[in-house]
Amino acid sequence: MTKLSLFLGCIVPNRYPGIENATKLCLEKLDLDVVDLPGASCCPAPGVFKSFDKGTWLSLAARNVVISEKMERDVLTICNGCYGSLADANIELKSDPEMKAQTNMCLKGIGMEYQGTVEVRHIIELLYEEIGPEKLKTYVTTPLDLKVALHYGCHLIKPTKERKLGNSENPTFFDELVEATGAESVDYTDKMMCCGAGGGVRSGHIEESLEMLEHKLACIQRAGVDCIVNACPFCHLQFDKGQLAVNEKFGTDYSIPVLHYSQLLGLALGISPDKLGIEQNAVQNLEFLAKVYEINAGIR
Amino acid sequence: MSDDEEVLEVLKAAGIDILSCMHCGTCTGSCPSGRHTGLNTRRILRDARKNRPVLEDKDLWLCTTCYTCQERCPRGIKITDALLEIRRLAVRKGFMLPEHRRVSEMVLEYGHAVPLDEETRKKREELGLDPLPNTAQHSPEALEQVKTLLRTCRFDELTAEK
Repeated sequence: MTKLSLFLGCIVPNRYPGIENATKLCLEKLDLDVVDLPGASCCPAPGVFKSFDKGTWLSLAARNVVISEKMERDVLTICNGCYGSLADANIELKSDPEMKAQTNMCLKGIGMEYQGTVEVRHIIELLYEEIGPEKLKTYVTTPLDLKVALHYGCHLIKPTKERKLGNSENPTFFDELVEATGAESVDYTDKMMCCGAGGGVRSGHIEESLEMLEHKLACIQRAGVDCIVNACPFCHLQFDKGQLAVNEKFGTDYSIPVLHYSQLLGLALGISPDKLGIEQNAVQNLEFLAKVYEINAGIR
Repeated sequence: MSDDEEVLEVLKAAGIDILSCMHCGTCTGSCPSGRHTGLNTRRILRDARKNRPVLEDKDLWLCTTCYTCQERCPRGIKITDALLEIRRLAVRKGFMLPEHRRVSEMVLEYGHAVPLDEETRKKREELGLDPLPNTAQHSPEALEQVKTLLRTCRFDELTAEK
């Protein structure tokens, strides 16, 4: 099995630490060899920093990868944005000697050198490729009686040329991982649509970002689900915190719980909801909380 | 060379051929942002190829970089990558939203676009995690490295208020 270092990024440790704890607890239960990636910075966020300056984007990403190279471990990301930056930068640096040389010129000042010896993985892609839904089912102790609106998020699968996870129009690999927990992945209108947060839109144009989010939430509401599941803390933040802002802006009363896949998997592996940080979300849906505690206690 | 001519040069250097666009409109029709905002991807590409001004175009920053247009383009044009190239040239020319300057300042100061706050510190403690995550924020040496690297890339100068 691959040796990994866990890249936390910004939003997980600094806004949704429940996802950090859920991830660590799940990886331990799955017996994966994962350690911290100490001293890592922002990936840096692809939507903004890749839009500002390529050299900075590549250099900062390369530094994070170099820390993992020194540990002789592949980088494990739990965020589509971090995956987008680190995996894309890694591919670019491995395939473009000129870019690699330029980036290493910058890294020289801090005594680092990018070699190109490790891979960058995303937890969903890793679980699918290295464990697979069938084997994952054997770890499930608490099958989840939940209906889920799955949000893949854009940078997990696109650009497909780099990701190699198949077609981006109608993928199933993530649905299979959701269903391995016992939950049902419910189809809904515009399932593959963006959450509206990326590309610096949430930070730069919040009103427009919320318009896109409202459309997604309306589609999800109509599908009648227990919760939204994502694999990206930035989508997570948009769906969770953004939901309250949408309610304020549009006079709606959405109260759809939002879970990162690590949190959903954690429930299925029998981990208590309070260890997974589900109660720390901005959306407080008491009915859902009661349900997950009942599932955890074996009452449902 | 004018700014607008420079756009085509930058795209050409990046190996992106927007001149092969046949204006089918798949990009605009697929755009999740364009359904709700003024972003018209096809129009931006057309303006770019006609040397019309695009660097000051506010709609450039309404793209969420979801890559749907790029995936679906029947001509295989790297549309999202083209928008990113145009954005980077715009930033070099000093066009940047104040909110985006602030995100840049966060990384310059903390090494993170979203730094730790008091509320999350408490949440971390509730979960039994170290209140300070094991990232650049945890280590003064690592943070200094990040700051040095950003200065080497002249990111502070690029994003400073002009």
